[in-house]
Amino acid sequence: MATLPSVKNILVLDSEGKRVAVKYYTDDWPSVSSKLAFEKSVFTKTMKINARNEADIVMFDGHIVIFKFIQDLHFFVTGGDDENELILASVLQGFFDAVGTILRNNVEKRTALENLDLIYLCLDEVVDGGMILETDASVIADKVSSASGLENMAPFSEQTLSQAFAVAREHFARSLLK
Amino acid sequence: MAQPMLKKDDDRDDEVDYHPFFGIEKGAVLQEARVFNDPQIDPRRCSQVITKVLYILNQGDTLTQIEGTEVFFSVTKLFQSKDPGLRRMMYLMIKELSPSAGEVIMVTSSLMKDMNSKTDMYRANAIRVLSRIIDGTILAQIERYLKQAIVDKNPVVASAALVSGIHLLQTSPEVVKRWSNEVQEAVQSRASLVQFHALALLYQIRQHDRLAVTKLVTSLTKGSVRSPLAQCLLIRYASQVIRESGVNQAGERPHFDYLESCLRHKAEMVILEAARAITELSGVTSRELTPAITVLQLFLSSSKPVLRFAAVRTLNKVAMTHPLAVTNCNIDMESLISDSNRSIATLAITTLLKTGNESSVDRLMKQITNFMADIADEFKIVVVDAIRSLCLKFPLKYRSLMNFLSNILREEGGFEYKKAIVDSIVTLIRDIPEAKEIGLFHLCEFIEDCEFTYLSTQILHLLGNEGPRTSDPSKYIRYVYNRVILENATVRAAAVSTLAKFGALVDSLKPRIFVLLRRCLFDSDDEVRDRATLYLKVLGGEAVVGETEKETNEFLFGSFDIPLVNLEASLKNYEPSETPFDISSVPREVRSQPLAEKKAPGKKPTGPAGPTSGPVVSAIDAYEKLLSSIPEFAAFGKLFKSSAPVELTEAETEYAVSVVKHIYDGHVVLQFNCSNTIPEQLLENVTVLIDASEAEDFAEVYTKPLRSLPYDSPGQTFVAFEKPDGVPAVGKFSNILKFIVKEVDPASGEVEEDGVEDEYQLEDLEVAYADYMLKVPVSNFRNAWEGMDPESERVDEYGLGARESLAEAVNAVIAILGMHPCEGTEVVPNNSRSHTCLLSGVYIGNVKVLVRLSFGISGPKEVAMKLAVRSDDPDVSDKIHEIVASG
Repeated sequence: MATLPSVKNILVLDSEGKRVAVKYYTDDWPSVSSKLAFEKSVFTKTMKINARNEADIVMFDGHIVIFKFIQDLHFFVTGGDDENELILASVLQGFFDAVGTILRNNVEKRTALENLDLIYLCLDEVVDGGMILETDASVIADKVSSASGLENMAPFSEQTLSQAFAVAREHFARSLLK
Repeated sequence: MAQPMLKKDDDRDDEVDYHPFFGIEKGAVLQEARVFNDPQIDPRRCSQVITKVLYILNQGDTLTQIEGTEVFFSVTKLFQSKDPGLRRMMYLMIKELSPSAGEVIMVTSSLMKDMNSKTDMYRANAIRVLSRIIDGTILAQIERYLKQAIVDKNPVVASAALVSGIHLLQTSPEVVKRWSNEVQEAVQSRASLVQFHALALLYQIRQHDRLAVTKLVTSLTKGSVRSPLAQCLLIRYASQVIRESGVNQAGERPHFDYLESCLRHKAEMVILEAARAITELSGVTSRELTPAITVLQLFLSSSKPVLRFAAVRTLNKVAMTHPLAVTNCNIDMESLISDSNRSIATLAITTLLKTGNESSVDRLMKQITNFMADIADEFKIVVVDAIRSLCLKFPLKYRSLMNFLSNILREEGGFEYKKAIVDSIVTLIRDIPEAKEIGLFHLCEFIEDCEFTYLSTQILHLLGNEGPRTSDPSKYIRYVYNRVILENATVRAAAVSTLAKFGALVDSLKPRIFVLLRRCLFDSDDEVRDRATLYLKVLGGEAVVGETEKETNEFLFGSFDIPLVNLEASLKNYEPSETPFDISSVPREVRSQPLAEKKAPGKKPTGPAGPTSGPVVSAIDAYEKLLSSIPEFAAFGKLFKSSAPVELTEAETEYAVSVVKHIYDGHVVLQFNCSNTIPEQLLENVTVLIDASEAEDFAEVYTKPLRSLPYDSPGQTFVAFEKPDGVPAVGKFSNILKFIVKEVDPASGEVEEDGVEDEYQLEDLEVAYADYMLKVPVSNFRNAWEGMDPESERVDEYGLGARESLAEAVNAVIAILGMHPCEGTEVVPNNSRSHTCLLSGVYIGNVKVLVRLSFGISGPKEVAMKLAVRSDDPDVSDKIHEIVASG
C-alpha cells in the first residue's frame, strides 16, 4: 500500500524537556503518561547534540525524529521509520521558520509562551490530522498573522521599505568587503 | 509596524523567571471562561482565556464531560464577535474539545456561514473544523460547498477542502467518491500544495481500482506535476504500479524511466524518494541500482545530517541484499565513521561490515576500535552483531575479530552489551573450531573481573563442558578456582561444578581437583558446601551411584530431563511419610510443546542477518530430551537429525498437524504435533495411521498415542519405524489422523461420556535423502577439501533445464542436498552468468561430505551444473550423485 507522508507529532520543549507546545496526530501514544515518556526519551537522546545550525536526526523505537534547537527551545517532528526523512525535515523547517517570523526572530521560551496563541495557530496551519498542510514558512506565517487580530499590521512576509533598505545596504556592504 | 506583538505585560520584563502561565490552575481558568458569556464581548480578553484553556489541555490536563460541555456552549456565544483573531482561537478550541453529536448542531450553522464568508481565511478554517466534527447527515448538506471549495482559486481554501476530503474518506467514502471530477481538476492546480493534496485524495478514491491507478500514474508521470511533495507521492504510486505489474517481456519495468528521471530532480526529497523506490524494487538488477547508488553516494558527503542519515540508511538496506553494489561508496562510508551523529556512524559501520571483503577486515577493525569508545550501548550491540556475522562469513579472520571482541569486553558497558559480546564469542567458539581455545581464554580473562552473576555462571558452565577437551585443561583451573575465592555464592557454586567436571573428565587433574574441592567444604554457603561434598564423595568412589564411570558422570553432569513443572506438581502432591519421594515417579511427558514452533523474532532493520544456528541447535537438544524421555525410543541410540516441522494440514483447518522427522541409525521416528482448534471438542486416543506401502524399507514398530487433546493445547503422538541400519532409505507415507471425538460444553467445560470414532485425512509425507544429511559447517573449505582423499572424488555434469534464475537453481540444489553452504557462497550476485557454491555436511554414519558446485547459465535460462564431491567414504560420494540425479 502506497501511503501518504504523515507526521506523528510536533513538539516544542524547553531546555529542561518540559512542554511548551505539543501536538500529537496519531494513536501511537494513547495516554498522557506515554506521551510524556516519549518526550522525555526524545529529549534526553538529543539534548547533547548541537542541532542549532542544521536540523539533526535520530531514530529509535521505530520512529524518526528530526530536531532543531534555538536558544532555550527544542523543536521536534516525529514520523514513522519508513518515512522520507527529507519530507519530515521540510515540515520541521517550515514550522521552525514560521515561528521565527511570527516571534520576529526572537525565538525563546519566554516570547513563545507570551505568544502561545500564535504558536498554537502555527501548529494548526502546518499539519492537519497528520497530513502535511503547508511547508512554506512565509505562507504559514501569513496565515497566522492574518488572523492575529492585528489587521493594521502588514503580513510578516512583506517587508517595509525601511527593512528592505536595511537588507539592501547589508548586501551592498558585504559585496564591497569581498 | 514595529510595535511589539501582544506583549501582555510590559512591566514584568525584568523578572528573570517570569512565566506567563505560572501557577495556572484549571478551576480558576474555567471560572475566567465565564467572560465568554458577557453581553459585551472583549475579544482580546476572550482570546487570552481560550489560550489558557488550550494551554491546560496541551499540558496534559483533561476536562470532565460537564466542564467540556460548559466551555463549549460559552465558546459558541463568541460567534457574535467579528474579531478575526478571536474567531481563529474559537476554531482551535472547537477542534480541541471534539464535541458530541448533539453539541455539533449548535455550531454547524455558524460554521456554514463562515464557510461562505468573503474572507478566505474563515472559509478555509471553517471547512477544516466542520469536516472534523460532523457526521454523514450534515455532510450531505455541505457537500455542495465542499465541491466548490476544492476548485476554489484560493489555494488555502482548496487545500483545506482537499485535506478535509482525505479525512472524510475514512467515515463517508461514498460521498467523497462523488467529488472525483473536482479533485481531478485540482490536480492540475498551479499551487504546489493543492496539487499534492489533490493527488493524495484522487489516489485514495481510486486505490482499489488497479486500472484507474495505472492510468493516473501513466498520465501524471508525463510531467505535469511540479510540487516536490506531490512528486514524492507520485513516486510511491508509480512503484506500487511497478510492484503489481512486474517485469515485462523485454526485461523492462514500466515507469522505471520515470523513477530514474526523478533522480535528476532539483528537490532533494524527490531524489531520495526515487532512489529509495529503486532500491526497494523486487529483484532489482545492478544496472538499475547504479544510478540510485550514485546519487545516494553524493548525499553521503552532504553537510546536512538528515541527508547523510537518509542516504546511509538506504545504502545499509541495499547492502543486505546487494553488498557488491554498495562497495563503491566504501570510501565515503569510512569517513562517516567519525560522524558526530552516532546513528549515522553506526549505520556506516554496519554497512561497511556487510560489504567488506576479507582483506579489508583488519583495517576496518582498527577504525571501529576508535569509534566504539564514544557511542551508546544500543549502538554497540548492533556493531557486535554485525561483527559476529562478519566473522562467520570470513572464518579465517577469527583471530583479529576475536581480539576485537575481547578488547571491547574489557571496557565499560551494561549487561545487554556484555551479554551480546559473550554470546558472540560463544557462537564463534561453537562454529569455528580453531577459535575455541583463544575464545575460552578470553572468557576466562573476562570472568576475572565480571560484575554480572548471570554471565559468570554461563561462562563457568561453558568452561566445564569445553575446557576438559582442550589441549591443556590445567590452565583453566586457576581461573575457575579464583571464582571460588572471590565471588558471591551463586558463582561459587557454579565454579565448584565446573571444577568437578574437570576432575571427572581429566584423570591427571583428579588429585589436584580433590584438594581444591576439599577446601570448598568450609564455604559459608550451603549450596557450595553441598555440591563440593557430593562431588567429592561420588568422584572419590565413596558413594556409589552407578556401576560404570559413564553412569557416574551421567548422574553428576547429565542433563536434567524431567520437566520442572511436573516435578513441582509431584512434590506438591507428596505427603511426608515413611516412603521417600521417588523421582522416577514424576511423569516425563511434556504436556504442551512450546519448542521449535516459534519462529526466531524478526531482526531489527539495522541489524545484520544474524546466524540462525543458535535456536536450531537448542531445538535439537530439546527434541533429544523429549525423545529420550520415552523409554521405547531410548534404545534407538543417538539421534542423528531432526527435520524442521512440515505442515500436514492446510492453515485454519479443524485440526492442525505438523510432523518432525527424527532420524536414527536404524530407525525413523515421526513426531506428529497435533492441535485441536475446536473449543466444542475433546479428542482422545489420537494416533496417526500410516500406510507405508510406498516405503518398502520401513517397518512400523511402535505407535505412541496421545491420550487426550483438548482445545488449544497442542500435544504429540509418535510413530516409529525400523529401517536397515545406516542405510538412507527413502519413501512416501500416507497418513490418516484417527481419534475419538467427545463433545465439550465450552461454557462449563463439561465433557460428554460417549465419544465417536472419527478420522481425518492428512497430507502425504516423504522421507528424502536430504533427511540423512546434517548441515555441518567447516571453517575453511579449501583446507578441508584438500585434506580429503582425492580418490573419493566423484565428478559429473548435469543439465538442470530452464530455470527462473541462477539463484533459484542454486537454492534448489542446496535444498535437495540439505547441506550447509560455506563462506557465503549461497548468495548469487545479480546478473552473473556462472557461480560456484561450496557445501559441507555430515551424512548418516558420520561420513563427512564436501561438495563443490559449479553453475553456468547458457542461452535462455538453461542452467548446467558440475558437481564434485569428496567424502570420507567413496560410496557416499556416489550416493550424493544419485541424490542429485534423482532430484
